[in-house]
Amino acid sequence: MKDGVLGQLALTFAAMSLGAIGGANAVVPEIHQQVVTLHGWLNDTTFANLFAIAQAAPGPNVMFVSLIGWHLAGPLGLVVATIAICLPSSLLTFGVSRIRRRMMEAGWLKLLQTALMPIPLALMAASALIMAQAADHTLLTVVVTLGTALFVGFSNRNPLWALTAGGILGGLTFLFAGT
Amino acid sequence: MQERVSAAASSAQETVSYGSIFLVFSKIGLCGFGGVAAWAHRVLVDERRWYSDREYADLLSIGSVLPGPNICNMSIMVGDRFRGPLGAATALAGLLAGPLLILVCLALLYDRYGDLPVVQAVIGGVTAAAAGLVFGTVIKLARRLRPRFGNILVGVLAFLGAAMLHLHVLLIVALMVPLSLVLALRERQR
Repeated sequence: MKDGVLGQLALTFAAMSLGAIGGANAVVPEIHQQVVTLHGWLNDTTFANLFAIAQAAPGPNVMFVSLIGWHLAGPLGLVVATIAICLPSSLLTFGVSRIRRRMMEAGWLKLLQTALMPIPLALMAASALIMAQAADHTLLTVVVTLGTALFVGFSNRNPLWALTAGGILGGLTFLFAGT
Repeated sequence: MQERVSAAASSAQETVSYGSIFLVFSKIGLCGFGGVAAWAHRVLVDERRWYSDREYADLLSIGSVLPGPNICNMSIMVGDRFRGPLGAATALAGLLAGPLLILVCLALLYDRYGDLPVVQAVIGGVTAAAAGLVFGTVIKLARRLRPRFGNILVGVLAFLGAAMLHLHVLLIVALMVPLSLVLALRERQR
């Protein structure tokens, strides 16, 4: 059983590695589709909770994938999932780093950047929608989501403030309202 | 400024040990709450002087265009520059090791206390905020991009493919990258 999960983790995450333009947040809809809808490894709430924990920790956002690996198959799952999501894109980067002086002229790079930008943005918007559907069950959580979106979108302060505020609000509501 | 450029240029020839590559990227990984790229600039350009401002800008653009988090891609290119393939692996390992340890601690706490109602309430609040964080990042980046018609078309199609049709992300990227490039080239020619 466990070997089966490890193998499937490796395949699932390696297959989406090259799609993660702009980072792992672009593949959250794909991860949700595979891990929650198709395989049924996690339910919506756990999926959203693990995402939140990964956001609260330092480091690059691929660590959400590491955390899913940990949750499903322990330390080995963490290692397998992390390597799977990193390896294909890392090999591509390594190859490009070797040839970039000849291939990548500044003008081309700029064009490529403007052309690619809408794709990760759209995928991230889809991620946000999935996360909000999983996380927002009460009026308060909807307000927290919208408030954080405005805070992050229009100020340059550290987003960790908003995550902390969300946690405190959640805790206080529980203590005072008992819901 | 002149001094910084020459310092960065000369240090490119120096040998940098595996140890310092690992340490530098550990520091970037562990400090990078929220915005890793800002910390990478501070450490690579200001503190270590491995790169000039210009070289760093190139590094960041290439890292952002390639799939995977830009900081992971940058670590690979920096490690490779100083120490080849093994240096690239060392840099990536340094970047991930510290944060992964912290993450494991958080995961253990979650496994142990995640069922307590008050903890669930707190995590519920953080989760709602995390969804907003992703929305907010989209808003912030879209404001900087100042999208044209072609960008918006590609964005809407990619969003529908991911959110409504649940297409595999590789299929979305394979369809949208050529379309987006063609539209960008046409807009440039005008």
